[in-house]
Amino acid sequence: MGQKITIEPVTRVEGHGKVTIHLDDKGNVRQTRLHIVEFRGFERFVQGRPYWEAPVLVQRLCGICPVSHHLAAAKALDVIVGAGTGDGLTPTGEKMRRLMHYGQMFQSHALHFFHLASPDLLFGVDGDPLIRNVIGVALKHKDLAVQGVMMRKFGQEIIKATAGKKIHGTGAIPGGINKHLSIEERDSFLKGADPMNIDKMISWAQDAVDFFKAYHKENKDFIDGFAAFPSSHLSLVRKDGAMDLYHGVLRAIDADGKKILNDVDYQNYDDYIDEEVKNWSYMKFPYLLELGKENGWYRVGPLARCNTADFIPTPLAQKEFEIFKNYTNGKPNNMSMHMHWARLIETLHAAEMMQELLNDPDLLKDDLVIKGTKVKRGVGLIEAPRGTLFHHYEINDNDQIEMANLIVSTTNNNEPMNRAVNSVAKEYMNGQKEITEGMRNAVEVAIRAYDPCLSCATHALGQMPLEITLFDVHNNMIDKKRS
Amino acid sequence: MSTLVKFKIDGVECMAERGTYIVEAARENGIYIPTLCNIRGVKPRGSCRICTVLVNSRPMSACTTPVTDGMEIINDTPEINDTRKSIIEVLFVEGNHFCPSCEKSGNCELQALAYRFQMMVPRFPYIFPNKTVDASNPKIIKDHNRCILCKRCIRAIKTDDGKNVFAFKKRGMKLEIIIDPELGDNFTDELAQKAVEICPVGAILPREKGYQIPIGKRKYDQVVIGSDIEKK
Ligand code: SF4
Ligand code: FES
Repeated sequence: MGQKITIEPVTRVEGHGKVTIHLDDKGNVRQTRLHIVEFRGFERFVQGRPYWEAPVLVQRLCGICPVSHHLAAAKALDVIVGAGTGDGLTPTGEKMRRLMHYGQMFQSHALHFFHLASPDLLFGVDGDPLIRNVIGVALKHKDLAVQGVMMRKFGQEIIKATAGKKIHGTGAIPGGINKHLSIEERDSFLKGADPMNIDKMISWAQDAVDFFKAYHKENKDFIDGFAAFPSSHLSLVRKDGAMDLYHGVLRAIDADGKKILNDVDYQNYDDYIDEEVKNWSYMKFPYLLELGKENGWYRVGPLARCNTADFIPTPLAQKEFEIFKNYTNGKPNNMSMHMHWARLIETLHAAEMMQELLNDPDLLKDDLVIKGTKVKRGVGLIEAPRGTLFHHYEINDNDQIEMANLIVSTTNNNEPMNRAVNSVAKEYMNGQKEITEGMRNAVEVAIRAYDPCLSCATHALGQMPLEITLFDVHNNMIDKKRS
Repeated sequence: MSTLVKFKIDGVECMAERGTYIVEAARENGIYIPTLCNIRGVKPRGSCRICTVLVNSRPMSACTTPVTDGMEIINDTPEINDTRKSIIEVLFVEGNHFCPSCEKSGNCELQALAYRFQMMVPRFPYIFPNKTVDASNPKIIKDHNRCILCKRCIRAIKTDDGKNVFAFKKRGMKLEIIIDPELGDNFTDELAQKAVEICPVGAILPREKGYQIPIGKRKYDQVVIGSDIEKK
């Protein structure tokens, strides 16, 4: 008899989701779906608002990575106010924003790895749920938990110094930034009392990569095999092919590494990418036009970035990048759990970038804003912690926003997350009549590798729990588990 | 021949020039009485009632009542402050005030008063009125969602020959501020800037200039509204 399984709500991801699993009459998994059931509609809220409000208004759709939205919106408005398409700002304007962004990347990745992902690694996917959480980590691996907290705090202090507040600041304004760094602020990051200084952050970030590599050695089958599937990958890269999380051209490669988008200007992103709406989810499905709806889906985020970039422009992260690349002989890496590895390499890169920027005297200067001839349309892209984030605004003659289109990172990963769930469901649930705790968490682990922010993706509010429901071939619910 | 009068605020002996309005007289004596619709140097209107005090046991608006000899004024009591707080709450629920994304945040008098009076959740239900944004003027944008109808713009913004640039239109819940089309189109930069500054909330906004002052440096980021008066 066919069955359907639903997992809702998914835990330790940001937002709210539900997984349904339909079984066929042999009890094998026929279809899986990750449904995103919240709706928020920021694209509609901003209509009619003066354009310069967008960076401050739209960031409210997320409490986890507001900085990414803040900056992507500001970058789109840079175009509108005639300040260039990402590289036309004053040195202080651009570098302050970069510092804000790397601080954000650092804290978000640290949060994800230490608090959301490490419980699965330390206690196992089917570990006791009572200890398989951040509290369990804190009790058993105190040093790791403390590092996670301090790294997050460091990143947040960087955000505060650049944006004015730890969350939902106002730093980036169209054409630049509203403050520069003070010498005291700079010195507090460079020479702060242990452990709150950049040197310590770099060494902890290195430790975290080493921790992962050691874990990988011991758990090869799980890390390499769990929810692995071939896909295309998309991200921004710097014009010379370097990893650049703040600005660049759009590059997409297929599962074999062949370029599908060859370093194109993202102002015309809609010439290359479209979004499909499906009636069972509020989250849209973006795809590359060239490959069509069926095959045009792609992955974004740390794994995609480590696949698209040719190199990382900071020494320690580059060394790790080479090890990462060698593992797949330079071919694209399609293993979902390697997302964690890539994320930690980026954490190290972000720390090194912060160090480089903090030592840059431009951050202390006060030439903050630049403007030119106004235009009506602007697109801003940024590599948010979870992947490429698109903000597109059009304004009317009165400076009011007429149209906004946001494609958030998690939306870009919509199809990949569905594939990951599918692959895990097949492995764990074929022939099953009920959802065990281990199975339920396995589905979650697959989703969690993408660090999805489902609130952002539907521009929805709240914490993210997940529910899994299992349905038979006649659409009768035969089991349901919530976390 | 002294024109000074003696009066008491909350039992404290005060002195001021005869005819001075109570808010102003209090200020001269280092006592803060909250105001919102009042503008120093412009004829008071007494429309918001946030400055309500008890004068010889009767509630009066302190911005429109001159001090007299021997007057007993009660200003700072839990009951009066709660009345003030309730007025602030009414103003919040009657409009659409989204402080988090408002560029006046940190410089807004309504927000500053809400902080001063420790407003948490309004005791009245939100009305969520359907209001518009008027962005047709070349110098400023009017956001009716945030207008508290204090009339400060009407009273203070005048052309060189004394004409009002702002006026009220419609009635009741639909009441809103309009700009004289002709005078508004010829707004000087100075006058437009003055209008932005005179508005206690974010209902009159400058064009293409938002969030220029970083958080931490805005007017009420460091100090509570009124504390400059109390310090004296
Ligand atoms: S626009 Fe501002 S100053 Fe004018 S009435 Fe409204 S709140 Fe008062
Ligand atoms: S300030 Fe006195 S009534 Fe408004």
